[in-house]
Order: sequence, then structure tokens, then C-alpha cells
Amino acid sequence: MSIISLEHVDKSFGETKVLKDFSLAVEEGEFLTVIGRSGCGKTTMLKLINGLLMPEGGDVIVEGKNLKNTDLIALRRSIGYVIQNKGLFPHMTVEKNITYVPVISGHKNRAENHKLALKLMDIVGLDPAMLSRYPAELSGGQQQRVGIARALAANPHILLMDEPFGALDEITRQTMQDEILKLQKQLGLTIVFITHDIREAMKLGDRVLVMDAGEVVQHDVPEMILNHPASDFVRELIK
Amino acid sequence: MDILKEVIGIYIERKDWFLELLGQHVVLSLIAIMLAGTIGLLIGVFISEHDRLAPVVLGIANVFYTIPSISLFGILIPIMGIGDKTAVTALTIYGIMPMVRNTYAGIKNVSDDVIMAARGMGSTDLQIMTKIKLPLALGIIIAGVRNMVVMTISVTAIASFIGAGGLGVSIYRGITMYNPALTLAGSLLIAAMALLSDLLLGKIENHMKKRGTY
Repeated sequence: MSIISLEHVDKSFGETKVLKDFSLAVEEGEFLTVIGRSGCGKTTMLKLINGLLMPEGGDVIVEGKNLKNTDLIALRRSIGYVIQNKGLFPHMTVEKNITYVPVISGHKNRAENHKLALKLMDIVGLDPAMLSRYPAELSGGQQQRVGIARALAANPHILLMDEPFGALDEITRQTMQDEILKLQKQLGLTIVFITHDIREAMKLGDRVLVMDAGEVVQHDVPEMILNHPASDFVRELIK
Repeated sequence: MDILKEVIGIYIERKDWFLELLGQHVVLSLIAIMLAGTIGLLIGVFISEHDRLAPVVLGIANVFYTIPSISLFGILIPIMGIGDKTAVTALTIYGIMPMVRNTYAGIKNVSDDVIMAARGMGSTDLQIMTKIKLPLALGIIIAGVRNMVVMTISVTAIASFIGAGGLGVSIYRGITMYNPALTLAGSLLIAAMALLSDLLLGKIENHMKKRGTY
């Protein structure tokens, strides 16, 4: 059974239809990259998975639970969510950022949370001395590592990432790509990863989902996308 | 400079009276500050969560703010009579405006990305308010408090015109008895109080900024 499935989902904002009869299945342990122009509905699709948005039609099922009748707060706490580095809490230290989800879930034991923070810093390759710093005092790459550590704090099976490396320089970005691949294998994560960079999509994805105007253009392994593009749009993309 | 000597003379001569007035002034303004602070903060938080109400509420608060303080006191007399209660009510109404405006502006100033991240990680609305929005809005809110405190302390002087206590009594008496030194004596103490509060709150504001709480 798929760990995430969207079934015939419709979503519009006002008059604009963003997703039309959209279906998608993500298997457990899969790294899915999603690519498309801005406004193609990829971020909307991601926000449907953790219930930040609810569809007008169709169903979203995550880990066997239909989002229509599940506790969305608990669901979101169990899913890692990473957005661009602007998403860190500027008024909290790195440690407070990382332990945010455990704390809001009621785990307030400082010693335990500190231990967890140390472990997560190790996982994402950051110096533990940085725990007492504020996000503004870190480089872009370090901020992104903190973002990932924060998303991993609740031991999630699923990680949703919305252009997490979009603001990084090329070298840092490649390092982060390698690390996220390693992490995914190591922790057995299912990742849905949005990007607008086709090379990033091809490098990271077990499968790549190409979207245009709220519809799936092609959903396949990178080799098939490369060798058998489904449309001119995909051909243009991989050029 | 003679008048300053006179003022110092008055302070020494009527020490007890001035201490009493000062005490009343502090109490009157402090009650109004607490009330306006709490009510203003709550209204600000409320309208930040109900955007459609914001222009209406801010509009009403603005109108109250533009009514000259003396006429606001006047309007309240037929309803509430004269005395401390009326004075505190008027001062509170006056102080609410800067609190509402700054609380609202501060909360609205928090980046959508940060709020979206907090929501996406499973924060409840209450957690987003208390852990994200309010701490990040604190700098702007404190600026509002500063503004409101200084204003309340000075407007409290007018409260004596409707029979409330405070340092306004010495100003009022100075005017009616044609004793400018008495008026100045009250005014100087009010100015000192306002300046001191502003200084203290400014220190708190800077401390917040240093802590990284914008």
C-alpha cells in the first residue's frame, strides 16, 4: 500500500483551478521529486499532504488515514516539513528550533530534549556548539541543516520538502543533495521534494513527477523521463 | 530663573502635598496603563485573527484617539459623573489605540513563511500565537507600550479638571489662582515621570532587540 496517496483531488483558489482530478501515489521509502513551473500547483500539492490545505474534491490518504477525518495537528507533528531557510524561527536558538515539535507536543524535559538536539546535530553534520546560536548567525547551508534537523525531531516516516535548497549556492547545494540522499537511506524516509531545478530532480528522485498547469505530465523514473519524455514540455525541461 | 527658585521653594514647603499628588498620579496612570495595555493587546490579537474586523476596529480606535482629551473627559461626565473612575475610563480609552495598532501591526509583520512552517509542523493556533507571533511582534508592541505610557502620564494631568487627583491638581490650582510656579511645579514632575518611564521602557526594548526577538 502507498504511504501517501492523492485520489482525484480538485483544488482551486477562488476562480483558479490549481489541481484538476489529480492523483498520485508515493511508496514507502521512495524519494519523489516534483518539478514544474511556478504556479503549476506543486506547492499546493505538498500542502495537501499535511493538511495545510484541504481539497474540494477527492481524497488524501497518508499512512492509511484519510485527512478528511483525522487529527491534522497530530498528523503534521508526525510529518517532517522543510521549507526554504526563511522558515526557521528567528527568535529561537538553534536548539529551541530543533526541539520545537517535541516541545509543542508536550515533551518538555530539558535534559532529554538537549540530548535529542545533540543527536540531530550529529545526524545533519553540525557542530553542537551552534545550538546556542540564532538562525541569523548561521550561513545559508547551516540554516538548511537546522531546518532538516528540526523536521527530523519527531522521528517522522515522511519528509515534505518545498524547494529546500533553492536559496543555496551551487557548491553548498550539491553537498546538501548528497547528504539528504544519505539521510534518506540511513533513516528509511519517504521524501516528497519540490524543486524547480531539473538536474536536482533527476539526481535525487527515485521517481520524478513533472507537473504543468495542475496536472501530471509525466511520473516516472529519471531514465524514462530522460529517454522517453512524455511531451514537448518535458523535452523542453530536460534540454 | 526666579520662578525655578520659587518652584523649588514650593517643593520644599509643600513636600507632603506633592508626594500625595505624585502617588495619586502614579496610581491613576498605572491603572489606566494596565487596563489599556491588556484590553489593547487582546483587541489587537483578536483583530489579527479576524482580518475583516481590523479596518473597522482600527477606524473606531482612531476616532477615539482624535477626540481631544479634554472633551473626552467632558463627554464622560454626564455618563459617569466626576472623579477618579471617569478619569481612568477616559485614560484607558485613550491608551487603547496605540496598543491595538501596534499589536496588530506587530503580528501582521511576522513573516508568512515562519507562520507556515510553524503550522506545517503541527502547532495549534494558540501555540502559533504564543510561541511565534507574539514573541516576534514584541518589539513593535513594546514600542506601542512606550508611546502609550508617556501619553497616559501626561494626559492624566487633565484628569484633575474633572475632579480626579494627581499632579494635575497643582497645575489646575496654579492656573486658577494665577500662580505659575505652582503650575510649573506640577508639570515638571509629570515630565520627569514620563521621561523616566520612557527611558526604562527603552532599555527593555533594546534588551529585547539584543535577544534576537526583533
